[in-house]
Amino acid sequence: MIWAQDGNSAEREIRFNRDIRPILADRCFHCHGPDEADRQADLRLDQLDEQGHTAGILGGGNAETSELVQRIISTDPDVVMPPPDSHKKPLTPEEVDRFRAWIDQGAAYESFWAFNPIEKLALPSLDSEGEDWMLNPIDRFVWRQQERESVKPSPSADRRTLIRRLALDLTGLPPSPEEIDRFLSDGSSNSYEAIVDHYLGSSRYGEHMARYWLDLVRFADTNGIHHDHYRDLTPYRTWVIKSFNANLPYDQFVRDQVAGDLLDDPSNEQLTASGFNRLHMIIDRGTMLPEESLARNVIDRVTAVGTAFMGLTVGCAVCHDHKYDPITSKEFYQLYAFFNNLDATPETGGRSGTDFQRGLQPPYIELPSVEQRTQREDLEKQIASANVELQSLKKWFAANPQETPTKQKTQEAADTASDEPVEKGGTDSRQAIVAEREINAARQKELEAEIKSLTDRRNKLLREIPAAMVMKERSEKRPSHVMIRGAYDQLGEEVQRGTPAFLPPLQAAIPGEATRLDLARWLVSPEHPLTARVTVNRYWQQLFGVGLVKTSEDLGAQGEWPSHPDLLDFLAYEFIDSGWDVKRLMKLMVMSQTYRQRSEANPEQYAKDPENRLLARGSRYRLDAEVIRDQMLAVSGLLKESIGGKSVKPPQPDGLWQSVALPSSFPNRFVADEGDEIRRRSVYTFWKRGLPPPQMTILNAPAREECVARRERTNTPLQALLLMNEQQSLDAAKMLAVELCSRDSQDLIADLYERVTGRLPDESESRMLRLALTDFEAYYESNPELAAELMRSVEAKGIEAERLAAWTMLVNAVFNLDIAKTRS
Amino acid sequence: MKGETMVPSALDQLLTRRQLLQVSRMGLGAAALGALLPQNAKAQTKPARAKHVIFLFMAGAPSQVDLFDYKPDLDKQFKQPLPESISKGQRVTAMTRGKEQLVVPTMFKFNQAGENGLWVSELLPHLAKQADRLCMIKSFNTNAINHDPAKTFMCTGSELPGKASMGAWLSYGLGAINRDLPDFIVLNSAFWTGGTRNVQGLYSRLWGSGFLPSKHQGVKFQTNGDPVLFLSNPQGVDTTVRRRMLDITGDLNRKHLEEIGDAEIATTIAQQEMAFRMQSSVPELTNLSGETQEAMDLYGPEVHKNGSFARNCLLARRMVERGVRFIQLFHRGWDHHSILPKQLRGQAYDVDQASAGLIQDLAARGLLEDTLIVFAGEFGRTVYGQGKLARDDYGRDHHPRCFSGWLAGGGIQGGMSYGVTDDFSYNVVDQPVAVRDLHATLLHQLGVDHDQLIFPFQGLDQKLTGVEPARVIHEILS
Repeated sequence: MIWAQDGNSAEREIRFNRDIRPILADRCFHCHGPDEADRQADLRLDQLDEQGHTAGILGGGNAETSELVQRIISTDPDVVMPPPDSHKKPLTPEEVDRFRAWIDQGAAYESFWAFNPIEKLALPSLDSEGEDWMLNPIDRFVWRQQERESVKPSPSADRRTLIRRLALDLTGLPPSPEEIDRFLSDGSSNSYEAIVDHYLGSSRYGEHMARYWLDLVRFADTNGIHHDHYRDLTPYRTWVIKSFNANLPYDQFVRDQVAGDLLDDPSNEQLTASGFNRLHMIIDRGTMLPEESLARNVIDRVTAVGTAFMGLTVGCAVCHDHKYDPITSKEFYQLYAFFNNLDATPETGGRSGTDFQRGLQPPYIELPSVEQRTQREDLEKQIASANVELQSLKKWFAANPQETPTKQKTQEAADTASDEPVEKGGTDSRQAIVAEREINAARQKELEAEIKSLTDRRNKLLREIPAAMVMKERSEKRPSHVMIRGAYDQLGEEVQRGTPAFLPPLQAAIPGEATRLDLARWLVSPEHPLTARVTVNRYWQQLFGVGLVKTSEDLGAQGEWPSHPDLLDFLAYEFIDSGWDVKRLMKLMVMSQTYRQRSEANPEQYAKDPENRLLARGSRYRLDAEVIRDQMLAVSGLLKESIGGKSVKPPQPDGLWQSVALPSSFPNRFVADEGDEIRRRSVYTFWKRGLPPPQMTILNAPAREECVARRERTNTPLQALLLMNEQQSLDAAKMLAVELCSRDSQDLIADLYERVTGRLPDESESRMLRLALTDFEAYYESNPELAAELMRSVEAKGIEAERLAAWTMLVNAVFNLDIAKTRS
Repeated sequence: MKGETMVPSALDQLLTRRQLLQVSRMGLGAAALGALLPQNAKAQTKPARAKHVIFLFMAGAPSQVDLFDYKPDLDKQFKQPLPESISKGQRVTAMTRGKEQLVVPTMFKFNQAGENGLWVSELLPHLAKQADRLCMIKSFNTNAINHDPAKTFMCTGSELPGKASMGAWLSYGLGAINRDLPDFIVLNSAFWTGGTRNVQGLYSRLWGSGFLPSKHQGVKFQTNGDPVLFLSNPQGVDTTVRRRMLDITGDLNRKHLEEIGDAEIATTIAQQEMAFRMQSSVPELTNLSGETQEAMDLYGPEVHKNGSFARNCLLARRMVERGVRFIQLFHRGWDHHSILPKQLRGQAYDVDQASAGLIQDLAARGLLEDTLIVFAGEFGRTVYGQGKLARDDYGRDHHPRCFSGWLAGGGIQGGMSYGVTDDFSYNVVDQPVAVRDLHATLLHQLGVDHDQLIFPFQGLDQKLTGVEPARVIHEILS
């Protein structure tokens, strides 16, 4: 896109990475790239080869004599590249020109930008107009790029827009009217920074940040394959939220997830973090071969590390050398070897038992509250002592077997023809034993019942005690092999743990004995070129709608060239230099003038740069599903806030789970929670992978089956229906209507508008809304039964149902405004 | 209607912002974009033989040995070990690993049907009468041996989640025919007569859009309540109130569109109006009161039950009439590891008359030639038995190497059988049809070249047919 606006190729400097590599990657690398097995004619184009084949076709600085140019312009189907049967698109005339210019300029190769070291960059100096505009270093890079493209930034947004933007971006919830008032009346020079700090310090911040992270690591509440049983990983989620709130440095955040279990004397938090390695989909026992399940799990773990931390599609190298990035299949399996040693069964458990009901599969750690711990110890003690007594009774029974007359004895008795007792003891002691037996039998029964009841209580308690599935190494290292074409049963050469050769070398604490912890430290070493770039790019995406590299899941050769490469590197360097301080990074970005621009623009500007890649205005995009729902709960006063805990089930239409679940799935039927639980923030909503909550997926939330670094944003009629008719949003509208109608205010319409959109209505907006309200009131007054139906479940003394119904519909209308569901 | 004028242009409907950028990054200029403009022209590169697809997905995998793939000589092989020369190297499931593989022939009779004498099991008498309209495929084969990956493979062309499903591809490539209904609708049977003991789950990924824009995902109709989620207005909100609400929302949105300049607001307005239209078009679609007794009777007695496969077949016909592009029915309950004969009878009862009725009904209305019907499961079942090995009581395990299904209508030859398996219905010996070949053929009938319907994602030009070469099965086209 940047290229397309740049005019004549011959007149500008061609850069290999920006201008040439994407075309090669798209059309040529499949046969002339890093994958040796598929390489044709012994020619590679991703870099100059040692034999000089690549240089040979480039024509030594003269496009006219270059075989490459001859091939791409040929009309002969046997000669032209890419060949027609490859189904690759032929090069456009503009692309051909680009190659000519590149060759004429000397055909210089560059190493791939994202794999180069991150270096400290000099800040661009600006003209006086730019200096006047800019607020922090980010703005320098943005201004300079705009200058190149001959565009100007937009003025600052108004303060109402700014505070709503900040609140939604940093906490995922709208500003309260009080926060708006305070911000508007705060005339101090640092009022903006103060509100930024306020939101960064809010515990809502961690919940909001965690939500993006949970998409990235595919966090869910079911195992996702076959039965799709309950699987409880919620302590991990709580850990993520708390880590963001505590501003745990990102390097530790990553290290603890990849290998928290391998730290010296790891804390419960660090062990919980290592549950990252347990988040993948996992089949339940019974259909797949365990060795295949094992391989799938490990591949999934490695792929997640590639996407989440390195922004690389390493999964491509499962079956063959990567077609575009320099990752060989062998190197994939060297990474595999780090994650191939979990001390657990590769499939989830059977369908009964406490672990199963708790959604757990060993290894896990228990995380009881103090009270739960005491209760449990108490119960265990009681069970133990009851058992001791039971055992001694059993011993007694063994020593005093019940006299069962046998044939022989009966014969003997007949022979003696006597009434003499056959037992050695006398009659008295015999009777005593009989009596004791009766007592003991009764006691045994009692004890057994007691143990059962105690065990039931213990198990019930256990089901409530949080437990975190963790990573744990087997004592003996499982060997790893290349899997030929990715088949678990086609093993190739054995491989040792290692990292791809194109990245900085791994430093093992004990040479030759690389551990997962070494890998974790390698990922977050300041020399690693990808980790910081990928991370800052994702946070940028979170605030600006699109990353500096749009393909935030892939910074490799098939990813997009960054819109602002220097800015990306500047941020990455700063991030590392600050000690991987996430809050500082977020603050840096929202403090920029770039962030503060208004999003109003003329339609031509929107059409020319629909995704705002030049950052010449404030970004405007639809809010995520969770934010839309949370916002409705918040503005209506329904929202119930508390940090962490198990997942909750807000109501959803009946029968959804049944329509897909197996009868033997646990659980197979959706039962909505009640009370406060259903009003918690959406980050706590129960996520069944087989059928995630429709309120979320209709608005583009992913199924959490695989790592997702960026959500898509569509605009569909199903979304319109959801926002119009869904039960909780209607409940929220009713609640807000009741509240508005009960308050003493000059201008209820303005109150409503401000509460939902953060803005005050102008005169014409007020007029339109008032007219609609009048129409609704008139209609419901002439149809009172309709009003009664709508407001049936609502208690509001002294307010007529007709009035409430009219207000409910007005709230519903405002909830459905484009500006309400949009961050601007 | 007021909102009509705000419906986005064809370009807006076809290309999201993201696609636009992707296209321009690929180096296509404005001229190339212009070529993408007309509806149905983006992917349609050759004449279409069909406009609609009804995919009858038999989830759980029906036994080809007992329904379609007639092997009379097996009768003599009862409880004989499967020859090593046949089974060699075969992957097995955890259920049969290490167990002896003993042949169990079908207990059901097969009869010849139609002019060309196709062999059909006695369990499918109604379908047999449609033999002259059926193209039986005996040589389907797949890579996957377990349900979940195999279903994902059949529905999306890949065993791993994350790819786009067939219907999503068609919606993306061909666009909508009816502006008031979704392009791709999914109907799941709410019950089935055969196995209830070993039933597999379904996943929304089977009709998902994967990497494609999510507006192309299948819309699953619900059996109970609203057919489309959140379709109905709440109690106390009637059409007049909803209309007034949309008017005020639309008026304000239009004002904001003017002030802000973001065309996305126009899309919101258009989609809200479409939602309003769906509030009448969907109930009209699912309201069967206008159906004649004669038409209902074609589908058999179960058609009167909400959520039955028969009812869904009838709904599928109504969807075709109203211009829905791709309709996928899921009928579960075919996973017969034991007591197969009893369970298979029930399953066959569910689908036999209903699918035969669907063919007849479409034909009678002149719609069959435009509508391609596909009947298939995710894999086949083994000739060797599982469970009790009696002549009349047995089970069968999963079998990916060959399975049977049928196609009808939509430019496919009737009265033919395609593909040859060995004497044990174990390996394909001639005319194989891989899942990707079925996909390629299906796209071909809709005028789409499977190698040209692509979407760049994760560094690859993604295709429904995947990376291995796929082949259109020209031999079965009429």
